[in-house]
Amino acid sequence: MHEQLLFALEVSLNGLMTGVLYSLVALGFVLIFKASGVFNYAQGVMALFAALTLVGFQSGQVPFAHLINAVFGSNIHHFGWHLPVILSILLTLLVMVLLAVVIEKLVLKHLINQEPIVLFMATIGLAYFLEGFGDLMWGSEIKRLDVGIPQGISESIENFTFESLGYGFFIDRLDIVATAVAAVLVISLTVFSQYSRVGRALRAVADDHQAALSVGISLRYIWVVVWSVAGFVALVAGIMWGAKSGVQFSLSLIALKALPVLMLGGFTSIPGAIIGGLIIGVGEKLFEFLMGPLIGGATENWFAYVLALVFLVFRPQGLFGERIIERV
Amino acid sequence: MFYREAGEFSTSYRDDAQTFPIAFDRRRYYLVLAVGFGVIPFFINDYWANAVLIPFLVWSMAALGLNILTGYCGQVSLGTGGFMAVGAYSCYKLMTAFPGLNIVFCILLAGLITALVGVLFGLPSLRIKGFYLAVATLAAQFFFVWLFNKVPWFYNYSASGQINAPERTLLGVAITGPNADSAVKYLFCLAFVVGFAWIARNLTRGSVGRSWMAIRDMDIAAEIIGIDPYRAKLSAFGVSSFFVGVSGALFFGIYLGAVEVTEAFGINQSFLVLFMIIIGGLGSIFGSFAGAAFMVLMPVLLKNILVGGLDWDTAIATHFEFVIVGGLIIFFLIVEPHGISQLWRIIKEKLRLWPFPHDH
Repeated sequence: MHEQLLFALEVSLNGLMTGVLYSLVALGFVLIFKASGVFNYAQGVMALFAALTLVGFQSGQVPFAHLINAVFGSNIHHFGWHLPVILSILLTLLVMVLLAVVIEKLVLKHLINQEPIVLFMATIGLAYFLEGFGDLMWGSEIKRLDVGIPQGISESIENFTFESLGYGFFIDRLDIVATAVAAVLVISLTVFSQYSRVGRALRAVADDHQAALSVGISLRYIWVVVWSVAGFVALVAGIMWGAKSGVQFSLSLIALKALPVLMLGGFTSIPGAIIGGLIIGVGEKLFEFLMGPLIGGATENWFAYVLALVFLVFRPQGLFGERIIERV
Repeated sequence: MFYREAGEFSTSYRDDAQTFPIAFDRRRYYLVLAVGFGVIPFFINDYWANAVLIPFLVWSMAALGLNILTGYCGQVSLGTGGFMAVGAYSCYKLMTAFPGLNIVFCILLAGLITALVGVLFGLPSLRIKGFYLAVATLAAQFFFVWLFNKVPWFYNYSASGQINAPERTLLGVAITGPNADSAVKYLFCLAFVVGFAWIARNLTRGSVGRSWMAIRDMDIAAEIIGIDPYRAKLSAFGVSSFFVGVSGALFFGIYLGAVEVTEAFGINQSFLVLFMIIIGGLGSIFGSFAGAAFMVLMPVLLKNILVGGLDWDTAIATHFEFVIVGGLIIFFLIVEPHGISQLWRIIKEKLRLWPFPHDH
């Protein structure tokens, strides 16, 4: 029994770590939703795109190589250089900022004052576009992402817990790094939005678009900033997930996992995104541990959604969301 | 010149309220039906039937269903693939459990089962709205794919995990199974789709449809003027799921004949149907057909041009398809949020004055 309890504890700890990774994606959603009221379905694909671009820069791939080869019958694929990690991350960041500018210019600008659901569907279109575009640019094969994050089982934790509890905990070092990164990210985002000029403007826009406009804050500039920040968060999430399971199409599916996280935490709350992620992470791992063997396993596929669905029936705005007030 | 209401007189309320009050429209409609039923079956070959016509009909049915829920009642659903799976698997269970049961009843009963399931998953819509609901319907999508994968009873313990449609006949002619003729399959689907489009059209212009549209436009206001939101939303979920279930049954039984749930009814199918109704036109019966035709024809066309014409890799053509579909969705939402059916309406307006348009 003691053994079982410790095992359950280990499962929950691992769930917590997975939850942190969900939160990373959910964070990007919340940022954009707060500032522009856009529910950005493409956040997951942005993470995939960022990771693809990072790998591409790092290994010196030629963009659109497949396409060029198909059109001109040539056979190019690599420039033949390897960029250092820092430089390629900076370059990828530049691409994400560029992407934000293009999205604002070509999509968002034309959809001002449309209903939220129309904007949501536009971001689904954006997700499809980016997915195809990323594959055209960098090729669709599974890639390994290596930016020097330590991986594998943390032996010191295993030894320590084995000595003190008589049971060694299995915890991936990557997950520990991810947790630390998420913590730093949340703290810096909070500081950024509390104390910097742009951050204050962001909060003003989130509070009330019209009031913000009337005191001279440029909405379009703010949107570019927000989408760039979301692109940065996507890059971080892409690096973490990419290092964990390789850069491939399924990376964009974690966006779908981030949706129930958001529903639990509320669309407008950054702490909500973190706590929602942790609840979902622990919940799905524990449910699989307790119920999985009884009903056939792989319950992680749907548990998060059903949990969120049941939860929403009782609290439609989520844990930390703003209260929904409707008027005719 | 061709399309005008001058000289059209309605002498009874019945005439006035008919679906196509203009004679030109009416004749066009009968012509399309006559070509569909009387001409195409004689010229159809396997490629056209299996690559274009039958998928078009099956997806039209699904799009009709989703359009009732999303276009008319305003409840966005991302669970269409899951509900199609419910239709397909209940059709399969009915076909194998009752071999004597006519295929038509199998499909209709499959629709009915899906409708019940749809109402069940529609219950949360009474509390949650907008994209909260859209995300909640994802629960249905993932749950059903998991269920039909993990519980062997649903696929009769077959080793491959696939379900295969056994041969069933109607009036002595094989409808399902490997021996069915493609012209027969096409006619069978066409009859279903025409029948259900007729039902959808008449439901949406009646009092039920008006209550759906009132809920869509503003649910609180609708409640105040005396529309019961419970009945309106749940009936929309029920009717919509019925259509989607029937389309799932047709998709499995007639079109493919054998399906595997993760591949055939994944989340991508849900998005595909959603795209069909956005591009075709939300809240329009014609739009459901136009969107389905567009989304079925475009990949075929792209593949013919890029792979057949330019001799490119299939993978690149697929990526291009993603880029183009995504771009078109954004393009349509920006330029014409009401989709192809609105373009059609504009063309008809122009035709009324053609060839002598005058400025006011």
